[in-house]
Parts: sequence; C-alpha cells; structure tokens
Amino acid sequence: MKINSLLIKPLAAATFAALSIGTAYGQDTIKVGILHSLSGTMAISETTLKDTMLMMIADQNAKGGLLGKKLEAVVVDPASDWPLFAEKARELIEVQKVAAVFGCWTSVSRKSVLPVFEELDSLLFYPVQYEGEESSKNVFYTGAAPNQQAIPAVDYLMNDIGVKRWVLAGTDYVYPRTTNRILEAYLKSKGVADADIMINYTPFGHSDWQSIIAQIKTFGSAGKKTAVVSTINGDANVPFYKELGNQGISAEDIPVVAFSVGEEELSGIDTKPLVGHLAAWNYFMSIDDSTNDAFISEWTKFIKNPKRVTNDPMEAHYIGFKMWAEAVTKAGTTDPDKVQEAIIGVSVPNLTGGIATMMPNHHITKPVFIGEIQDDGQFEVVWQTAGTVPGDAWSDFLPGSRDITADWQPPLACGNYNVKTGKCSGQNFQ
Amino acid sequence: MTKPAIIAAVLAWLLPWASASAAEEDFHQGVAALASAASYADKEAAAATIAGSGYPRAEALLSTLLEGELYTTRDGGRLVTTADAAQGYAIRDAVTDEDLGSVGRRDVSRVTVNNQLRGTLRSMIAGLKLRHEDPAERSAAISNVGESEDLAMLATLEQLLSSEQDGGVRDAIAMAIATLNLDSTDAAARLAAIEIVRANVGAHVRSKLTALASDAAADEATRAAAISALSAIERRVAVYELVQMAFFGLSLGSILVLAAIGLSVTFGIMGVINMAHGELMMLGAYTTYVVQTLMPNAIGASLFVAMPAAFLIAALVGIAIERGIVRTLYARPLETLLATFGVSLVLQQTVRTIFSPLNRSVITPDWLSGSIELVPGLAITLNRLYILGFSLLVFAALLVVLRYTRFGLEMRAVTQNRAMARAMGIRTDRVDALTFGLGAGIAGLAGVALSQLTNVGPNLGQAYIVDSFMVVVFGGVGSLWGTLVSGLSLGVASKLIEPAAGAVMAKIFVLLFLIVFIQKRPRGLFPQKGRAAES
Repeated sequence: MKINSLLIKPLAAATFAALSIGTAYGQDTIKVGILHSLSGTMAISETTLKDTMLMMIADQNAKGGLLGKKLEAVVVDPASDWPLFAEKARELIEVQKVAAVFGCWTSVSRKSVLPVFEELDSLLFYPVQYEGEESSKNVFYTGAAPNQQAIPAVDYLMNDIGVKRWVLAGTDYVYPRTTNRILEAYLKSKGVADADIMINYTPFGHSDWQSIIAQIKTFGSAGKKTAVVSTINGDANVPFYKELGNQGISAEDIPVVAFSVGEEELSGIDTKPLVGHLAAWNYFMSIDDSTNDAFISEWTKFIKNPKRVTNDPMEAHYIGFKMWAEAVTKAGTTDPDKVQEAIIGVSVPNLTGGIATMMPNHHITKPVFIGEIQDDGQFEVVWQTAGTVPGDAWSDFLPGSRDITADWQPPLACGNYNVKTGKCSGQNFQ
Repeated sequence: MTKPAIIAAVLAWLLPWASASAAEEDFHQGVAALASAASYADKEAAAATIAGSGYPRAEALLSTLLEGELYTTRDGGRLVTTADAAQGYAIRDAVTDEDLGSVGRRDVSRVTVNNQLRGTLRSMIAGLKLRHEDPAERSAAISNVGESEDLAMLATLEQLLSSEQDGGVRDAIAMAIATLNLDSTDAAARLAAIEIVRANVGAHVRSKLTALASDAAADEATRAAAISALSAIERRVAVYELVQMAFFGLSLGSILVLAAIGLSVTFGIMGVINMAHGELMMLGAYTTYVVQTLMPNAIGASLFVAMPAAFLIAALVGIAIERGIVRTLYARPLETLLATFGVSLVLQQTVRTIFSPLNRSVITPDWLSGSIELVPGLAITLNRLYILGFSLLVFAALLVVLRYTRFGLEMRAVTQNRAMARAMGIRTDRVDALTFGLGAGIAGLAGVALSQLTNVGPNLGQAYIVDSFMVVVFGGVGSLWGTLVSGLSLGVASKLIEPAAGAVMAKIFVLLFLIVFIQKRPRGLFPQKGRAAES
C-alpha cells in the first residue's frame, strides 16, 4: 500500500489545505489548529475529535471568544499518514500561525510532529491514553499515562477479582509493547511468577483469533483465576471478542480488561459477546453527573444525531481546551511561552464531577474508572479510584526510567531529569 | 436501603397478598427488595430470597434479570420489562405481565448486573432448573451446580440421583457430585471423586485437579491420583487440540479461498490485476448491513437476502469498472494496477462519506453464534463451520458455471484464444464484462461472509487484498483448483506455526516460504499448460 501514501494522499491533502486557507482570512481572530485524520485508517477514531473541537470552539465563541477576539478553527487532514502529520503541523504553525494545536491519536503520529512543535515552539494538546516515557516542553498530555489506566486496572483485577494468572495481549506496536513492559515489571514486583504471565502480540487488524483464544483457554485452565489485559488496537477487537464468545469463554470465566475499547468503538459492533468484559478509562458516558449530562446533550445537538456517543478522548479534549482557554485568559496573550508558564497549575472541572489540574510534567490529574460492558454499548462502573491520580510521565516500574522526573517549572525546567546523576538529557528517553 | 424502608416496602407488597402462600410471600418480598436495591449486595440478597422461595415465576424473573432486561420505574419502584415503542418504552409488569402503557426513556432505569452477580444468578437459576422437565436443561443445570463449589448442594444432588430415571442425567448427576467432592475434606471421598472425573475434560475440573496435584495439605495418594488423572485428561486434550488446530487452519483457509476465488477469475482467467477487489468485498459487507437495517425483525433470514443482493451489487460495480476503466487498459498491466488502485481509494472514501468512517454493526444471527460440541471438550465454532461450507459451495458453483454453461464455455474460449473466439462469433467484450462481473460478484459474496467475522468498515478490503493475491499466485494463476488447494494449505500452515511462533512470525514465515517457492516454481502449484500459457 505504499503507492497510496506516495501519490494520492498529498493530492488530497493539498486540496484540503487550499480549502482551509480560503476561509482563514479574518482580522482579529485567534486561530486554533485541529490536526486529526479525516481519511484513511484512523479516520474512524479521529473524525469525532475534530467535531468535538469544532463544538468547543463554537461554544467558546458563543460566550464571547477569548481576550475579546473570536476563535477560528483551522482544520487540516493528515490522512492517517505519519510523515504528513509533521508537514501539516508545520503548515498550521508557520502558514496559518495558529495559537495552539489540538490533535494526533496514535503515538507514532505524535512522535512524528514532536520535532516540529519543539523547533517552532508551539503548543500541542494530545488527547489519547499513551505509553508514557515522554514529556515535551511543547506538548500537553491530556490522555492517561500508564499509571492512570493500566496499573489501576491490574490492581483492580488482582485485589478485587483475585486474578493470579495474566495474559497480556496486544497489537504489535509501540503503545502495547511499552505498556506491557511496564505491566510485566509491575506484576513481577507484586510476586507474580514468570509462568503465570503469557504475552502475545498480533499484527494490526488481526482477524483470525481462533488459535490464540484456544491458547488463552488452555492457559486459563491451570487452577488459578485468569484475566486478559488487552491492548489490542481498535479494529482487531471485534473478531477477538466474537471468537471469545463463540468458543464459550464468558466474562465470568476469563474477564478481559481493555484499554482501547470505548463507547465509540462499541457503537459499531454487535455487543452481545462483550457483555461483562471490562474497560479502564478516565471517563464513561454513563457516569451520572450534571456537567456530563450537559456535555452529552450539547454534543448530540451539535452533531444532530441523538444516538451519537461520547468517549474518553473527547473528555480529554474538553479538559485540554478549557485549560488552554483559562491559561490564555490568565496570561493575557496567546504567546506559547507565556501560555506554557500560565497553564501549569490551572484547574478545570472534568466531566465526571472532579477537578483536572495540569501538573508541572505536562500531564493532568484524572480519576480512574473500571466499567463492565453492558448490552447497550455503555459501561457500568464497578470500581473507581478514591480521588484523582496525577499522571506520571516516566514509569516507576521500568529500570531505565525509574530515576527520571519531568518538571517544566524553573529551576528544573526539564522533561527528562535524572535524579541520580543530576543531568537533564534530551527530551526523549528512548 | 434502611431497615424501615425495607419493612415499608415489604408491607406495601404484602397487603394485597395477605392470603397468599408462604412461597408466594417470600417471592414478593424478594421482588420488592430487588426493586429498591441500591447496591449489588442488596440485589444479591433479594435474588437469593426470590430463588429461595421456590415460587414458579422465580426462574423466569431471575433469567430476565440475568439478561439485563429488567427495569424499575422511577416513580413507583416497580419491576417492569420493556419493549421499544414510538415514544420511549412500552412497559409490562415483570411479575404479572400486566400492560402498564408506555413511558419515556428516562422514566425507567435498568436493574444493572455485574459479573459477580451474573455468576450467582446463573447458579441460582440452575438450582431452580434442577427439576426441569427437559432432560437437556436438567443436565445443564446439574453440571452448573457441579461447578458451583457449593458443598451444601451435595444432599440435593444425592436426592435427585435416587429419583432420576434418565440415564444421561444420572451420569451428569454422578459427575456433578464427583466434581463437588473434589473440594471435600474427606480424603476417601476425594480419591473416589478423582477417579470419576478422569472422564471429564472440562476446564473447571482441570483447574481443580491442577490445584489438588500441588496442594501441600493433601495426602500422598490424593496427589498421585490427581496427577495421574490430570495426565490422562491432558493426553485426550492434546488429541482434541490437534483436531481443533486442523479445523482452525481449514477455516482460515476457507476464508482465504473465498477472498481469492473471485480474484482468481479476474486475475487468473482475464489477467487483470484488480486492486479494487478488496473494496468489492467491502461493498458486499455493507450490503449485508443495509439489508439488516431494512429488515430488523428478521435478522436470521437477512443473510439469505443479503447474499444475492451483495452478488448483484458487487457484480454491477465490477461491470462498471470493467466497462469504464479496465477495458481501455487491456495489455497494459501496470496502468491497470494503478487505475484500479485509484478506484479502490474512491470506493473507500465514497463509503466513508455515505456511511461515516465508523464501523457499522452487523448482527450475527443466532443460528451462526456459539459452537457445537462434537464430544465433550471438543467444540467447533458454528460461524466458522458455516463459512467453510459456504466457501466450498461457492467454489463448486463456480466450477459448474465454468464447465457446464454456455457462458463458461465462451469464457474459456476467450481465455484460450481471443482472436479465434472472436472469429467464431463470440462477443469478446461482452464476455470480458461478464467475467469481470462474475469475479466481482463472488467478492461480494465473500464480503457477506466476512461481515460475520470482522469489522464492517471502509478498510475491510485492504486487509484481504494482499492475502488474496498471495493465494492466487501460490496456487497457480488461472487454476481454480490451485486456488482451493493453496488457500486451504496456507491456512493450515499458518495455524500450525502460530502457537509456536506467534501470529506476527507466522505471517512472516508464510511470506518467506512463498518467496522461496515462487523462485523455484514461478507458475505456482498448478501451472497452466498449453501454448497460450507458455507465450
């Protein structure tokens, strides 16, 4: 499929760029860049986030904009093509002169735009749960770090369900690999033996799960409660759960806790085989809270479809946008350096009745919820953390990153500071 | 819930039933408690009261709760079942089935259940079904009790055994008693139980035995017996696993065949490299989705409507592609490849625009879900079995069309010698269009099958296009039998490698093998013979 990216996508992208330039000339507006794929494989997840941002911006304008100016959304389409993400980011910052960019979904797209944001000193708000091991001066991570999703989920299974044997199943790319490395180290630190951990990776879009499920079934009949911790990526999940159901494994026998299955993904599938399986997120649409109710009704009205669902990354964008707006108001300017200083410590309400605060390491505080999938595609919360958990950029369970901290406030002002050697090295650890 | 509230609720319920029997009283007490339960513990207690009452309606009510179909009304705290109505829900009383009219969606809330409660409910229902009139239901309930680890049930089971007439059910009861006795503190009973469960390959028994085999508290004889029983079970399981693996391979192979067989017509017979083949499958899958949304009340039958519809739609699109684009590019394979690749992108984005980029939900009919148990411990999933049969059927039908119909004859004539065929009065361009349409239609049929296995989304086709070409090339371009053999053998091969090497490596090994194979035998497994093929 290489011809695809070589020939067609730049064309499509060029057309899109022309469109957005055409509408971009209004005096005295603050431009906000939206960098989400509207075509290609990732469009399934990212289109929703583009719409969320448009809604947030419209909402802010209805309230009078920011600093007395109207906000203006600049939408570009990086077409699920990682190098194109970097090009489009550069275009947003250099040509469109946006004040901040909200975007990216996959880790590889974030890694692709990272040098651009650092070079041109602009701001990126990244709304998706990710593997951690990163803290950039120019990026604000409003999704969950591993300690805000994976670790609490494992704790729940271990302490509340009594799980003794673990299957770590994931798609073969950076997020599952790093997350599973952290989880494996964590499980071992809790005294789980090597023989009780099974790790399995499958290619993207894997659809033939027969033998892997049979393997899991065998692994699970060794006399100890077994659970699957799934970092299986979006599209491969449907055949995975279908096969689980067909081979007669129910959530009571071997529960599966997933980190990438949310309301949006469930709305596209037959949920019968999934009922009772678990997911760990920082937000569920079903959470009973007045801000959440208001957000949901605003969203269904905006998208003109009463059946559309909300999900965790949407909440992350909601929080990210509110934080940025507040920081801009506080700093009195959209200048990235001033906003960076102002945003640390900013607190805004999240959608689940709590408060999200931007930490000095550019991650935020989040509550963690474990939900059981219901047959209407919603989640029933069965467990939650007592309060919010601050995001930890560098995992405490990996030997290399244990001694590293991130703090963007002076005097440290470093995203990769080794407390043992007292050195601040480049921003990317690996 | 506070105690006075419970009493009040119970009283409110009891008044009309003042003359009712004790069982009925207990039942309604449970119902009232369930309607106002706030926590899962409350719900469990209420369900236990309902189950304990032994009242005839208890089982039906608990099953409704287990299915997640029980609701409470927001005002009266009454248990109801719901059905979709024009505005909100039409509700009926869950106990009396009395029609209560319709209410808004937010006037009722679901009585939620979690995994723990589901497990408890299942064993409660099993307990209620122990005297069910259908022997199969009875057996299932008894095995469920066997796995409940509730030693108190032993007495009930013994009692059942003495009155049971049906031989199969008697065996089930004996097995359930033995399974429960694995937890017994009496060493002799445990030892006897181990001998009986030797014949049982169920996961529950295996985990119990594994635990016993390494249980330091158990005596030597028990441990040895557990180890020996376990190894006997494991030998049988190993044989089953081999059978199962062969089936997995054939099933994966059948999907490859189904995806490749249409391509083997367009690529193998016509020599057109059609990169939009995957998207034609996607159209078939979307047709299934549309058919299902058009007939929401007959999901079971929808697939039989979807098959001809998908064939027609994909075939029409195929013919349009052939007439519009491919026709002008015959004998220019590279340009055909690029043009059809463009078509595939256009089709993808069209679907994305019409149906949104999100996956669409295609429902699996009940007759396609689940698995059948050939012998205890060896189950075969139904959807895979049907798809295996379906792909063989499509293959046979295609062979018949090629061999015994006039169209098939013309098609073969055009393939073998175009100029001569034209000289004999065959309208070769019409045959070209129809052949392409046939290949595309079969891709549509493959799409219907895939909609039952994987996501129905704009990217569905991309996942299968590479594999399809692989199968056709390996089998020998132009040979239908080659496609069948190569698809099935590639499927079995990758399933044999997978458990040892993992899914990613299995894919790599298969590709490496293909590269080497094509070097040695460039024409595949079943090379075309004759002058046309040599040139």
